[in-house]
Amino acid sequence: MTTQTLPADTRTTTGVVELSNVSRWYGNVVAVNDISMSLYPGVTGLLGPNGAGKTTVLHMMAGFLAPSRGTVTIDGKPTWRNPSVYRDLGLVTEREAVHGYLTARQFVTACAKMQKLPDPAGAAQRALELVEMTGAAERRIETFSKGMRQRTRVAAALVHEPRVLLLDEPFNGMDPRQRMHMMELLHSLGDRGHTILFSSHILEEVEQVAGLVQVIVAGRLAASGDYRKIRRLMTNRPHVFAVRSSDDRRLAVALIAEKSVAGIEIDATGMTVRAADYGSFTRALPRIALDQGIRLHQLVPSDESLESVFSYLLEG
Amino acid sequence: MSTVAMITARGLFGRRRALLLLPLPLLLIGLAAICRAYGVSPDMWGNAVIYSLGLAVVLPVVALIVGTGVLGSEIDDGTIVHILTKPLPRRDIILAKYAVAASVTAVVSAVPLFVAGILAGSVKLGAALAAASVVGALAYSALFLLFSLLSRRPVLLGLVYILVWEGLLGNFVSGTKSLSVGQYVVTIADKISPTNILASSVGLTTAIVMSAIFTILGTLAAINRLGSFSLAGETS
Repeated sequence: MTTQTLPADTRTTTGVVELSNVSRWYGNVVAVNDISMSLYPGVTGLLGPNGAGKTTVLHMMAGFLAPSRGTVTIDGKPTWRNPSVYRDLGLVTEREAVHGYLTARQFVTACAKMQKLPDPAGAAQRALELVEMTGAAERRIETFSKGMRQRTRVAAALVHEPRVLLLDEPFNGMDPRQRMHMMELLHSLGDRGHTILFSSHILEEVEQVAGLVQVIVAGRLAASGDYRKIRRLMTNRPHVFAVRSSDDRRLAVALIAEKSVAGIEIDATGMTVRAADYGSFTRALPRIALDQGIRLHQLVPSDESLESVFSYLLEG
Repeated sequence: MSTVAMITARGLFGRRRALLLLPLPLLLIGLAAICRAYGVSPDMWGNAVIYSLGLAVVLPVVALIVGTGVLGSEIDDGTIVHILTKPLPRRDIILAKYAVAASVTAVVSAVPLFVAGILAGSVKLGAALAAASVVGALAYSALFLLFSLLSRRPVLLGLVYILVWEGLLGNFVSGTKSLSVGQYVVTIADKISPTNILASSVGLTTAIVMSAIFTILGTLAAINRLGSFSLAGETS
């Protein structure tokens, strides 16, 4: 198994957050396997299928889990057993536990006080404005919807304006409008020089927010770098389509002459086409069918799941 | 009052389990008052009400409810993360929570024992029981705070300590008595105000020194454990 690392970053400076050769295992189970990554100011997406080890990586970054091997540092300081890193670090966990008996303002102000900020009330007001929660700030958190709770937790994590903000699946359970708002917020924080890392198992979420991506599959770093390059890598991989038409055999003969087609299998239910290039094949297919007077009944990409994209990257 | 202590206190009284703190002290005062009203001699009911109910049940159970409530329930529901992601020394977090747990336990157990002591004998007996239960509150709170960090089921662990270690083994195996907070409490009360209601089994010095050791070691161990607090890998 090899790792494809894209040379997206030629920066020589070390990242704000550095993981070097980090592994974490639970008994015999390896959750994270020899991952090295650097995070820089801006928004980075931590992409991977469920159970890939994203949360384990985030917890180690946030100092809530000791790496079994390797080091995790923020600004050169280890995060494990070192509470002083929280001056520069904000964490929004996936579990949405909050002190529901407090109002949003009390909760965020309490966080500001625990950060020992000089003006806790002012800092809380700014953080609540940032997440647009000032309107409901005097309500108890237990009366909030999921999206409002999430924004309140983000305000609490941001109240001390940390350089690094880690968010675990921040878009889970949000409606499209809340999602949009959260994405805008992450964007603007990234533009202001904060180092943001958020995890997601949904490609489209990462696409809309992050310029840089770290892809984790089965505890390993499968790819890292510029989102567009990784996307291209994903698009340029061999694609498999299930095709059914009015005359499969004649269509197969015509298709095999096509350069973008790598192989065809025919069986009773139709044919399976392995295309070497997604773009040219999908453009060629309708043209050929039209030329041959063949009617297409079905064209289904049969390996489009995120898992197959990930496993391709991992094998690449 | 620190912010951690404020959140802890509000969390403790904001939960329904805080209501569990009411019935036991009321039962203690109620039974003592009934016995007194009917003119029953304290020699007949004193040991059962003050020792078997008050010192062996009310004090440790109140300490268990409060001690695990200030930390265990925050760990349980995950809200502890909001306190731990702050640049606070873990010592300050534990001490704030310990201060809330010990003072709430002390008030909730010392007041009814003080009243029961007066009804069973004298103000001196009441004061002795109150002082002893304050010492007990200090030691038990440190122990149960530590239990919250040792196990995901601190209440169960605490009940095993109270029922099996102090209750069962304490009656049969004499060695456990010198490692039992309950015995220190009985001894301190008995030495301040000697009474035939209570039978002390360890020396006063032992009781005081051991209570201090329980308190200090429990708190230090809790601080150390909180420093290594790990979140379970919740990959959904």
